[in-house]
Amino acid sequence: MKLVILEDYVQSSEWAAKYIRNRIVQFNPSADRYFTLGLPTGGTPLGCYKKLIEYYESGDLSFKYVKTFNMDEYVGLPRDHPESYHSYMWNNFFKHIDIEPANAHILDGNAADLQAECEAFEQEIAAAGGIGLFIGGIGPDGHIAFNEPGSSLVSRTRVKTLAKDTILANARFFGNDLTKVPTMALTVGVGTVMDAREVMVLITGAHKAFALYKAIEEGVNHMWTVSAFQQHPRTIFVCDEDATLELRIKTVKYFKGLMHVHNRLVDPLCSMKVQRS
Amino acid sequence: MPSNKSVSEEPITQFVNCRILKDHQLQREDLWVREGKILNPEKLFFDEEGYADHQVDCESKILAPGFIDVQINGGYGVDFSQGCDVRGGVALVSKRLLEHGVTSFCPTLVTSPPHIYHKVLPEMEVHDGGAEGAGVLGVHLEGPFISREKRGAHPEHCLRSFQQGSLTDLLEVYGSLDNVSIVTLAPELPGSPTVIQELVKMGVTVSLGHSVADLSQAEQAVQQGATFITHLFNAMLPFHHRDPGIVGLLTSDQLPPNCTVFYGMIADGIHTNPAALRIAHRAHPSGLVLVTDAITAMGLPPGHHTLGQQHIQIDGLHAYVAGTNTLCGSIATMDMCVRHFRKASGCSVEAALEAASLHPAQLLGISQHKGTLDYGSDADFVLLDDSLHVKATYIGGEEVWRK
Repeated sequence: MKLVILEDYVQSSEWAAKYIRNRIVQFNPSADRYFTLGLPTGGTPLGCYKKLIEYYESGDLSFKYVKTFNMDEYVGLPRDHPESYHSYMWNNFFKHIDIEPANAHILDGNAADLQAECEAFEQEIAAAGGIGLFIGGIGPDGHIAFNEPGSSLVSRTRVKTLAKDTILANARFFGNDLTKVPTMALTVGVGTVMDAREVMVLITGAHKAFALYKAIEEGVNHMWTVSAFQQHPRTIFVCDEDATLELRIKTVKYFKGLMHVHNRLVDPLCSMKVQRS
Repeated sequence: MPSNKSVSEEPITQFVNCRILKDHQLQREDLWVREGKILNPEKLFFDEEGYADHQVDCESKILAPGFIDVQINGGYGVDFSQGCDVRGGVALVSKRLLEHGVTSFCPTLVTSPPHIYHKVLPEMEVHDGGAEGAGVLGVHLEGPFISREKRGAHPEHCLRSFQQGSLTDLLEVYGSLDNVSIVTLAPELPGSPTVIQELVKMGVTVSLGHSVADLSQAEQAVQQGATFITHLFNAMLPFHHRDPGIVGLLTSDQLPPNCTVFYGMIADGIHTNPAALRIAHRAHPSGLVLVTDAITAMGLPPGHHTLGQQHIQIDGLHAYVAGTNTLCGSIATMDMCVRHFRKASGCSVEAALEAASLHPAQLLGISQHKGTLDYGSDADFVLLDDSLHVKATYIGGEEVWRK
C-alpha cells in the first residue's frame, strides 16, 4: 500500500482530489472509453468533492466521460429525504459538475426486489468495464461502505443490517432520534471493491485512528473489513496527522519519508485544458 | 445529446450564477424551469436522467419571486375606477408594472356608484401574466361600505351601509363578485359580521379599512374571517394606549388560533412615518404586506389628474386631493417601496422581498404557486441588483422585461 500522510483535513482532501484529477485526465476518457469511479459518502470525502468541483469550474477537469458507482444507500428511506445518499451526492457533487445523469449510478434502497437491485448493480459495474478507481472511507469500527464487522471479505453487493455503532454514529443526521435512523442498507461488498483496479481510502481525524491501526498494522480480519485491502495490489490510504495517532512511529516515519515519491503522483498536476489545445 | 426525459419533452432552462430567495434565505443555487413552473432538478436528474436545454447566466444577481401588489388604483394615466376602456387600461398598467418587478396584481376600485362596478367588474377578468403584462389575480374593492369619517379621498355621495346585512347588499352595488379577490369594509357598520362571513365563504379576502372601529369590533371582524388591514394607520383611528383600534390587531390575543392578520403598508416614506413603520414591523413582522396604493398619476409628470370621482394634484412624490392636504394615494412603485421599507426598517433583504411576494401570496391563499420559488410554483420572478433595483422580470420562466 501507499500511506500518504498530510498535515490536516484540508491538505489531505486536496491531495486526494489532485490524485483523482490526474488519474482521470491522464486516462483521457472519451465516448468510447469511460473512466469508472467508485464514490463514497459521509463527512470525510466532502473536502475532496469540493476540490473536484473547483477543478471542474476552472475547466481543468470534466466528468462528461466519467461513470460513477456509489458504494451504498439506505433501505426504505425516501430518495428525496435530505439524509439519503442520493440527496448527499446531488447536493455535494452531481449538481455542481457536468456528469450525465445516466452515468451516475446509486443503489435504489426503495426497489421492490432488493436482492435483484444488488445483482443488477454488480452487472452494471461489469458492463461499464469494472471500476478503475474506487474511493472509500473507513468507519470507526473499521468498516468499508456498510461492510460491518463480520462481513465476508469476498462479499458482493447485498443488503446489510447496520451495526449498533453505525446507527449511533448516524443518529446525529436524524435529529438524534434513534427510531428514525435506517437499520438496513444496500452496500457493495468487500469483494466488489477489491475488484477495482485501484482503491483509495480516505481517513481523517483522531476518531478513525484506531480503525486505521487495525486496518494496516494488524492482520487481515473480517472484524476490520478495510484490512482486506492489504491483499489488493494498488491501494492508497490518504490520511491526516490525527488519523495516524495509533500507528507505530516507525510506520509513520517510513511513509512520511516516501512523501517525495508520493507527491510525484500529484505534481505536475494535469489539466484537460492543456489536452484540448 | 439525445433527450431521454420521461415526463415531458418541453425545454428546460437553468438559471445559473444567481442568489435565489429560498426557505427565507438568499442561497447560491440554480433555478430550473420547465413549462412555466419551477422544476426540482434532483428529481429531474435521478427520475428522468434529464438535463437543461439551455442556461441563462444571471450575472450574480438576486433572483426573487415576482412582486404582488394587492392595492393599486391605476397608473400611467389609467384610473381603474373611471369606467372607460377598462380592458385597455388594465393592459397598459399591467404591461408597465413589469418594470417595477410586479408579476401579479389586484386592480383596485375606490368607492364608486353602482353603474361603474356593473360596467367595470365583468371586464377585469382574472388572468395569468405573460409577455403582455403582469397577471390579474382579482379585483380589490375598496369601498363603498366604509366609514364617512374616514373616507379619505373617497367620494361621500357614493358611500353605502348594509341594508340587509347580507350578500344581497353587495350584489346590488357591485353586480357580481366574480373576478373579486378582496373587499375592504368598515366592520363597525351594522350588519357587517354576516357580510364578512358570507364573503369569506365565497373565498373573498375581507379587509378592514377606512373605519373608526375600536379594537373589539376589529377583533370580532377577524373572528368572522377578516384577514387583512387596508393601509395600516391610514384612514383609521390612531393607536391609543387604552383602545388601540384596528392597529391593535397586530398584537391581539383574541384572534382565532393559527390565524395571521396581514396588514398593508404603503412604504413610500410619505403615508407613514418611518418610526411608525418600524413599530408595526417589529410588532408583527410576518404580517407585513407592501402595497403601493398607486394612483393614476403614478408614472406621470407633476400636475392635475383625476381619481374616481375626485381631482388630484401631484407635487413631487406627494398626491393630494386638489385644494386640500388630504393624501389620496401614492405614486411610488413597488420596487421603490421594497427599497424604502428595507432602509427604514433595517430589515434583511430577504424580509423586504418577502413583504412584497410571499406575504401577499399567503394573504390571498395562493402561496402554493405564487410568491415563492418552491418546486412546482409558477416561475414568476425578478432579477435584482444588490441595491434592489429591478434588472429583469420573468413570468412563467419567460423574460418579459429587461432594463
